[in-house]
Amino acid sequence: MSMTFDTPITIALSKGRIFEQTLPLLAHAGIEAVDDPETSRKLILDTNHEMVKFVLIRATDVPTYVQYGAADLGVAGKDILLEHGGEGLYEPLDLNIARCRLMVAGVKDADISGRRLRIATKYVNSARAYYAAKGQQVDIIKLYGSMELAPLVGLSDLIVDLVESGNTLKANGLVPLEHIADISSRLVINKAAWKMKHRTLMQLQEALREAVEKDRGE
Amino acid sequence: MQNERWILPDGIEEMLPPQAQMLEQLRRDLLDHYKSWGYQLVMPPFIEFLDALLTGTGSDLDLHTFKLTDQVTGRQLGIRADITPQAARMDAHQLRCDHPSRLCYMGTVLRTRPDGFASSRSPLQIGAELYGHAGIESDVEILSLMIDTLVMSGVKDIHLDLGHVGLYRGLAQEAGLNEAQEAVLFEALQRKAETEINTLLATFDITTKQRDMFASLASLNGNDAIERAHLLLAAAGDEVKQALNYLQSVAERVKQRLPELPLHFDLAELRGYHFHTGVVFAAFVPGQGQEIARGGRYDAIGEVFGRARPATGFSADLKQLFQLGSAAGKIPSEERILAPASEEPALQQKIAALRAEGFCVISTLPGQSGGAAEMGCSKVLEFIEGVWQLADAE
Repeated sequence: MSMTFDTPITIALSKGRIFEQTLPLLAHAGIEAVDDPETSRKLILDTNHEMVKFVLIRATDVPTYVQYGAADLGVAGKDILLEHGGEGLYEPLDLNIARCRLMVAGVKDADISGRRLRIATKYVNSARAYYAAKGQQVDIIKLYGSMELAPLVGLSDLIVDLVESGNTLKANGLVPLEHIADISSRLVINKAAWKMKHRTLMQLQEALREAVEKDRGE
Repeated sequence: MQNERWILPDGIEEMLPPQAQMLEQLRRDLLDHYKSWGYQLVMPPFIEFLDALLTGTGSDLDLHTFKLTDQVTGRQLGIRADITPQAARMDAHQLRCDHPSRLCYMGTVLRTRPDGFASSRSPLQIGAELYGHAGIESDVEILSLMIDTLVMSGVKDIHLDLGHVGLYRGLAQEAGLNEAQEAVLFEALQRKAETEINTLLATFDITTKQRDMFASLASLNGNDAIERAHLLLAAAGDEVKQALNYLQSVAERVKQRLPELPLHFDLAELRGYHFHTGVVFAAFVPGQGQEIARGGRYDAIGEVFGRARPATGFSADLKQLFQLGSAAGKIPSEERILAPASEEPALQQKIAALRAEGFCVISTLPGQSGGAAEMGCSKVLEFIEGVWQLADAE
């Protein structure tokens, strides 16, 4: 499918898994990166369309860039969107990539009943909302990485983290305990861009939807 | 720490010369323009009893409002986060007029957290409200005035977004959604989160047709949305159809009045859903991620203050419009005159006469540093041939 772009479009992506898995979907819409992000140090990447640029940013920054209109659209994990709150954004399409689960995990067979639990997590808002919905008062400890370590050294009783294969948990003697949410990456679009670049963005969205459905069929 | 006393809180701005003067000029021009349309200026108080401020707007404004306790009555006070409900209260309770009334206002509001309005927590809200008429004509009048406001501020490339809260409200009523269901579906619709919308709809006990209509709302946007809505919402009841026809009529009038203005429809855009009752609209410009002015119909709000009057209005942050528009680039071209430091009556008379003519005359202070150039003056007053006269500054 080939698209024509009559208006400049900036797409925010994060390096790594999301970038790798989004590229084939964008290729279906006829958009291909000219530079390779693994070898290039550039933060703004050119594509085969003069009007279309990629910006490479941290995954947690994608909603912010799109919300303020610094990028017209982007790809962000549902985990990031849940934390961000999704204000000022549209998230019309589940791209069905970078799939994993947001879970509670802890040391196997640990006795943690009958006391106020400490939960270590990067996903503070999601963890708080989950335990509030369960009617359980907990203390949240915000960490930026290596959550698996926290219960092992007594920093927390449990962790709330993304689980893909479960191998990292297993290697550290932890087990997944409760399922909070299924996570996958979403197409996010700025509100104002949606209205002012409507035709182009709807075309692009349609092409991506086609690509997602094709992948699902296979 | 000593050196950081000058820092302002997040989202609180100040205006310096010459910007403050230019902004003031824009404010005067706009209020004069509203006056020429028959809008009367009101000045609601900066602080009020909290329950009066939050009435009718409910939870939408609660978290945004700064609160404190009144030491005299022990009641909670709120600092206004929005002037619209105040204007509605004034119309319903103080003015008690049976004819249409047109009010405009301008003032600082405070918000506990920054939102849409350029991340500011102290927007300078400007707006106009029309009470006492339920119909397309008053909505179009307010909409035109909103566009005028943007144009006068020098904002370019304006896009108008139109919607109607009656579509979703009507569908929710027909389907018999309870309050909780209506709220979660509303939240998902605001994000156009297709996956969540479909998952939610699958859990609701409603007919397939109703499910399809709700699901279609998220895609009913663009400049052909109304035509598509007539097809996709064909099975809906009267309220929905009336809302759709109303929106179409408003759009036709706007097209007639402002043929150059790009129009966009979004039938799932429900900004201020708890507050609005009819058509809603917003203005967007390139480079701004969120709307820069918004408005719509809110017929019921005056009821709690004694009278339910039909109402429609718009508001915007004047500071934001000023920054976006070319009004900010207009350097005032006034000529400044430097007068010598002297109490001589003839000089003082000349200065008074010049000021009365509208000139800016600055008196030199004894022992001050800086001459005409440093004081921004292009002319000086000099005693030539026995009279005080204007001369070019060297």
